[in-house]
Amino acid sequence: MKLVEPALKPQLASTFNVERIRADFPILKLKVGGKPLVYLDNAASSQMPRPVIDRLVRYQTTQHANINRAVHYLSETATSEYEESRRKLQCFINASEDREVIFTSGTTDAINLVMHGYGRKFIGAGDEIILTTLEHHSNIVPWQMLAEEKGAKIRVVPINDAGELLIDEYEKLFNERTKFVGVMHVSNALGTINPVKHMIAFAHARGVPVLIDGAQAAPHMKVDVQDLDCDFYAFSGHKLCGPTGIGILYGKAALLERMQPFKGGGDMILAVTFEKTTYNTIPHKFEAGTPPIAAAIGLGAAVDYLSAIGMDAIAAHELDLLNYATEQVNRMPGVRIIGTASMKAAVLSFAIDGVHPHDVGTLLSQEGVAVRTGHHCAQPVMQRFKVPATSRASFAFYNSMAEVDALVAGIRTVQKVFS
Amino acid sequence: MADTKALYQEVILDHNKKPRNYGRLGNASHKAEGHNPLCGDHLSVTLNLDGERIDGIAFQGESCAICKASASMMTATVKGRTRADAETLIQEFRDMAIGKLDLNGHHHLGRLAVFAGVRDLPTRVKCAILPWHTLHAAFNSIASTSTEAEDDLMHAPIGNA
Repeated sequence: MKLVEPALKPQLASTFNVERIRADFPILKLKVGGKPLVYLDNAASSQMPRPVIDRLVRYQTTQHANINRAVHYLSETATSEYEESRRKLQCFINASEDREVIFTSGTTDAINLVMHGYGRKFIGAGDEIILTTLEHHSNIVPWQMLAEEKGAKIRVVPINDAGELLIDEYEKLFNERTKFVGVMHVSNALGTINPVKHMIAFAHARGVPVLIDGAQAAPHMKVDVQDLDCDFYAFSGHKLCGPTGIGILYGKAALLERMQPFKGGGDMILAVTFEKTTYNTIPHKFEAGTPPIAAAIGLGAAVDYLSAIGMDAIAAHELDLLNYATEQVNRMPGVRIIGTASMKAAVLSFAIDGVHPHDVGTLLSQEGVAVRTGHHCAQPVMQRFKVPATSRASFAFYNSMAEVDALVAGIRTVQKVFS
Repeated sequence: MADTKALYQEVILDHNKKPRNYGRLGNASHKAEGHNPLCGDHLSVTLNLDGERIDGIAFQGESCAICKASASMMTATVKGRTRADAETLIQEFRDMAIGKLDLNGHHHLGRLAVFAGVRDLPTRVKCAILPWHTLHAAFNSIASTSTEAEDDLMHAPIGNA
């Protein structure tokens, strides 16, 4: 990773008009305790731009009805807008067919769908599932539940001191009992970008399907599921400038068709008698009950918004932010960055000597700076680095260099209070 | 928003830096471990009861400044007092932390009122309460307790930490 020289900073910033983008986000005008909000908790949830808010309002005020049911005007409108949103998501991740895009309630729900739909059908006693030390609890716990139920075994890819996966060790974990791989694209706790394309190819050469937890990747880089050749790709809407309660599971059609349904109910059936139910085709087979229609349509508007800016431009600006923040924080005595992978997304986990992360979080909040403090739902990562918790600044494309300066000034204030 | 800066007052920072009664009593008559699974804070409280009087008390653990200062000031306050006095303080401290106590009314908290600011920080309430929670568990011979323990007498909904 090449660090950006400070002298180059204004020049680079001028190619990406962050102030114009910020004007789209009403919440960024907030003041917290009299200070301007500096929102650096984007890995937890991102903020929503005006076009997405407006889309939700337009849906609720002029288009809402239940979908896939009645023949009246509003129901047909809502159904067609919902399916249009599915096609937008298909384009966003370059899936080959829209029926490979399943609306879920989020990444966690998507992973649980794969565990129930694929895992419970195809993974049995003695089989092995490969996960990594970096995983979020949402890509650990479902597989532990499956392993316990089936008598399967979980194998874990270790990491080095920079927070990078040891790929040699990953490759050594494979054997004839390996039946599944689950790996995150980008670490939420450390920012590490994992070499998932290579990992997928390696698993496929051994006939093993791979699920990618893309919760932290989809908002920050161009994702092409066909290029990756992943079998499943999961991500959440609310980290992508969309609403909460909506997420995506991409799955290869041939796999989705072989899977059993996750939830039973309305919409996921073709015909029901008390003797037998015939399941609907994909993606509807996995969308039981009335989905969060407004949220799904809002997510469609969110990916329109992001695509108009361009995921490559977003990634470039965020890399500038990360490099600038890394350089500034590295200069501060008594502050240690945790997670120093050569390929990183704009996540800066750090520890301040002698100050507990929760005190850091409260004191930074006083300065208007919102960071996450805690174990980031990744306790194995914390155990690996022998810390109970970290403070984490996670950037989005609407963050500015001035906000990095505010973070640095906030860290100095924390150090002064505890000096 | 309340003035949260007020929470990190000199007295709290001082107790965090130089905690009183830090360590473990070797021959404790009562002891308990307290955990806050939401943030990973944990501490032990060991004490000796001479009849009803707290003869000695110590705490040890890994925690944030609010929790450590609360533990330090707790041990300094209850040492030499009776178990009944300590239980009264436990109740009053907890009520203060969740905003139920009228600080202008009659209470026994004295300098412990410096923690009143946590009532405006729902995510930090449990940090301040944990040592008191653990002391209560020690008195009642509950070896291990948690801020999330449903069956504990101290447990009550206190915001989403």
